[in-house]
Amino acid sequence: MAHSIHVTVNGQPRTGDVEPRTLLVEFLREDLGLTGTHVGCDTSQCGACVVHLNGTAVKACTLFAVQADGQEVTTIEGLAQNGQMHPLQEGFKEEHGLQCGFCTPGMVMAAADLLESNPSPSEDEIRHALEGNYCRCTGYHNIVRAVQYAAEKMQEREPQPA
Amino acid sequence: MAQQIGQPVKRVEDKRFLTGKGNYTDDIVLPGQTYAHFVRSDYAHARINSIDTSMAEEAPGVIAIFTGQDLLDDGIQSIPTGWAIGDDMNEPPHYPLAVDKARYVGDAVAVVIAESKADAADAAEQIMVDYEMLDAVVDAREALNDDAPLVHDDSGTNLVFDWNLGEKDATDAAIEGAHHVTRYEFVNQRVIPNAIEPRSANGQWDAARDELTLYTSSQNPHLIRLLLCAFVWPDLPEHKVRIISPDVGGGFGSKIFHYPEEVVCAWATKQLERPVKWTAERSESFVSDAHGRDHHSVAEMGFDEDGHIVGLRVQTHANLGAYLMTFAPAVPTYLYGTLLAGQYKTPTIHVNVKGVFSNTVPVDAYRGAGRPEATYLVERTIELASKEMGVDPAELRRKNFIQPDEFPYQTPVALQYDSGNYEGALDKALEMIGYDDFRQQQKEAKQNGKLLGIGFSCYIEACGIAPSQVVGALGARAGLYESGAVRVHPTGKVEVFTGSHSHGQGHETTFAQVVSDHLGVPLEHVEIVHGDTDRVPFGMGTYGSRSISVGGSAIVKALDKVKDKARKIAAHKLEAAEEDLEFSDGEFRVKGTDRSVGFGDIALTAYVPHDYPEDVEPGLEDTAFYDPANFTYPFGTHICTVEIDEETGHVKLLRYVAIDDVGNIINPMIVEGQIHGGVAQGVGQALLEGAVYDEMGQPLTGSYMDYTMPRADDLPMIEVGHQVTPCPHNPLGVKGAGEAGTIAATACVVNAVIDALWDRGVRDIRMPLTPERVWRALHTGGDGALREAEPAA
Repeated sequence: MAHSIHVTVNGQPRTGDVEPRTLLVEFLREDLGLTGTHVGCDTSQCGACVVHLNGTAVKACTLFAVQADGQEVTTIEGLAQNGQMHPLQEGFKEEHGLQCGFCTPGMVMAAADLLESNPSPSEDEIRHALEGNYCRCTGYHNIVRAVQYAAEKMQEREPQPA
Repeated sequence: MAQQIGQPVKRVEDKRFLTGKGNYTDDIVLPGQTYAHFVRSDYAHARINSIDTSMAEEAPGVIAIFTGQDLLDDGIQSIPTGWAIGDDMNEPPHYPLAVDKARYVGDAVAVVIAESKADAADAAEQIMVDYEMLDAVVDAREALNDDAPLVHDDSGTNLVFDWNLGEKDATDAAIEGAHHVTRYEFVNQRVIPNAIEPRSANGQWDAARDELTLYTSSQNPHLIRLLLCAFVWPDLPEHKVRIISPDVGGGFGSKIFHYPEEVVCAWATKQLERPVKWTAERSESFVSDAHGRDHHSVAEMGFDEDGHIVGLRVQTHANLGAYLMTFAPAVPTYLYGTLLAGQYKTPTIHVNVKGVFSNTVPVDAYRGAGRPEATYLVERTIELASKEMGVDPAELRRKNFIQPDEFPYQTPVALQYDSGNYEGALDKALEMIGYDDFRQQQKEAKQNGKLLGIGFSCYIEACGIAPSQVVGALGARAGLYESGAVRVHPTGKVEVFTGSHSHGQGHETTFAQVVSDHLGVPLEHVEIVHGDTDRVPFGMGTYGSRSISVGGSAIVKALDKVKDKARKIAAHKLEAAEEDLEFSDGEFRVKGTDRSVGFGDIALTAYVPHDYPEDVEPGLEDTAFYDPANFTYPFGTHICTVEIDEETGHVKLLRYVAIDDVGNIINPMIVEGQIHGGVAQGVGQALLEGAVYDEMGQPLTGSYMDYTMPRADDLPMIEVGHQVTPCPHNPLGVKGAGEAGTIAATACVVNAVIDALWDRGVRDIRMPLTPERVWRALHTGGDGALREAEPAA
């Protein structure tokens, strides 16, 4: 039996009729056509599907769509603001933090959550925070540098408290 | 205009990936889309007595169910392998859906096509396959026993080929007469490539035009078209087939091959006249993507009194799984045996390789393909030899290196190395790691009860696959050239069509840099088109680190043709002789004058030929094919240091230094990224990864819950340095960089661990070097105990 859900996705109110078993990632990709969020595994281990639920990183393959009813979801498509790339998106480009691009949306969303809670993480903290996301291309070297780049940019741009 | 070649130009493809606008095969939903779900064997080996689809046919949303017999009845043939080893290779059929027997866990026996993925999956559970379980064989050596179950009954044997390379008698004599022989038994375990994008295919039949479009996550769409039309489905005309490989999320070899699911999606859409899509679930990928490696080898390296290598004798059993995939026979032979000289002057080598069927997932090329196996064997052996003989491992290598003035160098195993400076790379790596200081630290650490180790890997690879005549003589059933086409538009904008395929390598940037420099046009005026057989004239795809050296060379040839024509037009416009013109910065100039005409003007003139040379056709585009003269030979030295936790057996990678000579570098940022990622995969095989089967042929590593790949906190920063010895036989002087890291890293890491544990009596630990295995080696001698090698046959 289908359930009607109302989810704010990237700031826009969206509705859908979903089966109880429909995963959040299926709702995003198939019902809303937001194919930037990827599916790389079936055991919640690769992290390609990471989105933000009410500002916190979650694996969208681990939630049912109905669990997002009434909540706010941000996907990779909603990360840039007013046509301006997020510092992490800039950082991944500047530091060559992506190759095939498949893990990238999840990696960026996971890193965004890290920088929200820890604006100047150490290399170890970055590596630890991203251990839920597999990348098979980069060896993580440039991903770490991309996150460091973004952290610096965000620090520069944030008005420092007086 | 600033030169682009050699610059770390940021990638033009990044924007779409970073904003969620990539276009991977599974992202594509076509009008009237249907979804396929494959029914796969749960048994490693079973006769299929019957398949009852009646219940499933009544399930909600089901459109059709097909079995292997349905495809056979419609004329679908076996999927061929692309290489023949010898004239009598054991090559039984490989039907897209198994007909008589299932031969591995994961072998597809039926397909359900339904209105939704969920409907298809639900219905598949209601298909009743009556299997008669048969004994299975998993290990390649056991598969050759007289009483081993036969994977293919009609073959009468599980032996696929019994292949020899090199001089046997001379090698036997060299080993027997050697002052010292280092002999070990090595297992290069089976690994699973695990591109993060699961494989996907979506077939679309246009009944009005009798045309097929197949979207597939492939590294080589043209090769898929060729295999599909020329062999598998002879009634399907090649000119009515379009294969599109859009954005592909990593390949590492596993997306080279023509897979059963591609055939089924292509065939089924014609039957149903609706598009048919399949995307693997990850646990399905584990049993349907070709696996890699799986060698069991005995190596014997002989030395004279001075430490010079006198010979190398190798016996290898290569497990090829249940069927021969596209490149499978070539991997443990021509991509392995030919590399056993390594960087050394080994006067005589003999290798025997037995390729063997087993009831496991088919094995084929995985990043490096044969060359990592060769490097692992050679570099582990020479490192162990140095320890046995009490010689510094760097010095023993140095003593045996082929010297820079000895190129071209003919090895005893068929290859002619074109260039190299092995000592240069070794010295750079030693300096970067601070070798002498580390040895001092290691001594001090030992006194404090800490176990530190340092490992070397001096690798060579044969890349730029491949000169067609050479590989044709070796059994390749296809040419391995590449095509490139350059189309200059009237406004001076340039489209370049390449048969190479980018699935992470950044061709859209690197190739554009080459075009920009050659034509003097800004980078943003260049578009690289790939992955579509209707747009790109022909191609052989991307594998074997061939894109820049073969694909890039084809583009350069096409650019030269375009430039030659542009020169004729320029000469006409400038009223000068062609030989009086020089070309730089996008302008033809009459030498010694200020008279010039820009490339943009010439492009416009080519399409508006009002004032035009008589003997020149309008338009400005051309196509070239490039067939390489030789392989390219990237090489280098990797050195890493490790610390072992004696309490837990955990191996911590402290530093990893990579000095690679990949020839001229177009984009250092991208090359370094390739090295980082390659090293990570090699480290993964050394420390974490391994596909495990039980004796019944059940895969025990069937998901990310039980197959471990490197995560961000498993790796240090990779310290990369370059040496440049240009390739002497291609126009860019490039060699290829995609596989170097993987080829070098595995031996490097294991050598470092053995170095740390040598004084504790540990000589070998089977990969992956998990904490448990290392702990056992340290404390019980268990898995890490010295294994007495069997003499090579």
